[in-house]
Amino acid sequence: MRYALLINERPGAYDGLDDGQRAAITAEYLALRDDERVLDGARLASADTATTVRAVEGELLLTDGPFAETKEVFGGFYLVEADDLDAALALAARIPALRMGGSVEVRPVAGT
Amino acid sequence: MLDEVFRAEWARVLAALVGFCRDVDVAEDAAQEAFAIAARRWPVDGTPDNPRAWLVTTGRNRAVDRLRRDRTLAEKLRRLPQPAEIPVTTIPDERLELIFLCCHPALAPEARVALTLRALGGLSTPEIARAFLVGEETMKRRLTRARTKIREAGIPFRMPDADALPARLDAVLAVLYLIFNQGYGDGRVDLAAEAIRLTRTLAELVPDAERVLALLALMLLHDSRRAARFVDGELVPLAEQDRAAWDHDRIAEGRALLDRALAAGARGPYAVQAAIAELQTEDPVDWPSVVALYDTLHAQTGSPVVALNRAVAVAAAEGPGPALALVDALDLHGYRYFHSTRAELLRRLGDLPAARAAYDRALALTTTDGERRFLTRRRAQLG
Repeated sequence: MRYALLINERPGAYDGLDDGQRAAITAEYLALRDDERVLDGARLASADTATTVRAVEGELLLTDGPFAETKEVFGGFYLVEADDLDAALALAARIPALRMGGSVEVRPVAGT
Repeated sequence: MLDEVFRAEWARVLAALVGFCRDVDVAEDAAQEAFAIAARRWPVDGTPDNPRAWLVTTGRNRAVDRLRRDRTLAEKLRRLPQPAEIPVTTIPDERLELIFLCCHPALAPEARVALTLRALGGLSTPEIARAFLVGEETMKRRLTRARTKIREAGIPFRMPDADALPARLDAVLAVLYLIFNQGYGDGRVDLAAEAIRLTRTLAELVPDAERVLALLALMLLHDSRRAARFVDGELVPLAEQDRAAWDHDRIAEGRALLDRALAAGARGPYAVQAAIAELQTEDPVDWPSVVALYDTLHAQTGSPVVALNRAVAVAAAEGPGPALALVDALDLHGYRYFHSTRAELLRRLGDLPAARAAYDRALALTTTDGERRFLTRRRAQLG
């Protein structure tokens, strides 16, 4: 089955980390990316750079920022091929965001 | 006859069918049909030599029929072995896989409880609904949603990996404990008995797990007092219970299990609670030791309810004065036992107006008849 591991980060989670610590975290993300079960993935730029598009009575309405103000913001994802939910959860448990106050939503990809 | 077979075989047959078709929904329907066919045929044709094999084979055929009819499940069918190709003489016992599936932490806690009672206990949806005081439709939806999640999210029918096993076993025990507590001391569907039966099964399947033994000991030691806990529908506190009405076989079994659990290294909350329950079956009760065990339990759980129970033990060991000071320090004002405990302590200290007020607050929060009768009588005795 395919699962999306949707990574939500606590804003400011990286504040106060030095370059070495940041590099170590990035290396962990890259190592996960290299796992053969990981099919795809991306890290998104900061939520400050987001533009949200809505259709209001047929007109496009643009707003600055993510679609909702939340305690955590969506920061990136992995698309993985795993035997079952437990295997997907084991991969999710390795995501560094978890140690920094974030969370990972594990969702099956429909029809896989 | 068939009732007995149903009680004994339901979980094993269902587990074998889930293992076969990897779909709880299909497996459950197939198992139900197999038992229904048995109910029609066995009285006429006689009970087969191997009832379990008969039920599993019939269930497999039903499952395959269902998968054939259902186009959305057709893909699943292609991946299945043909029923005839699987020997039924040695049906593996897959109940443990089924327990771990039903108690998977990815499912909502109330769904775990309902699924476990349905799949392992063989209780019907209406029975489970009654036991939890929810409507049948609500319970049906809860079960359907859980089965859908199992299928769509790929919750596996297999033993957890070794590193995940301890936490997953804890999740199973938590479900069984919840079932036990729901059913303790009231006359609806006998959930306490069901929880004991399921925990016994678990203890057989994972014999060296000391936490399972500790939980089973805890259940048996509490359950041993069941007949004495209510007289004429009124709750009877421990100190006033008729000890002759206790089930002494259960106490002996609970003790033996607790000894085994402790010898195997059990020191967790279930073992400590079982040890407390065991001390409370002795006459006289060694209250200072009970207080010490509550200290341990409180350190493990940090629960204010445990602190309240500890205060009750302090009252027995040292008197109501020190106990009241402990109770008053707790922030449990929405909890009925907080007020009933205060009421009892205030009564013993002779502060009758305060005791009366505390009984009133406890009565306002009480939900069961037996408690209400007990509190009402106690309050009346204040004069």
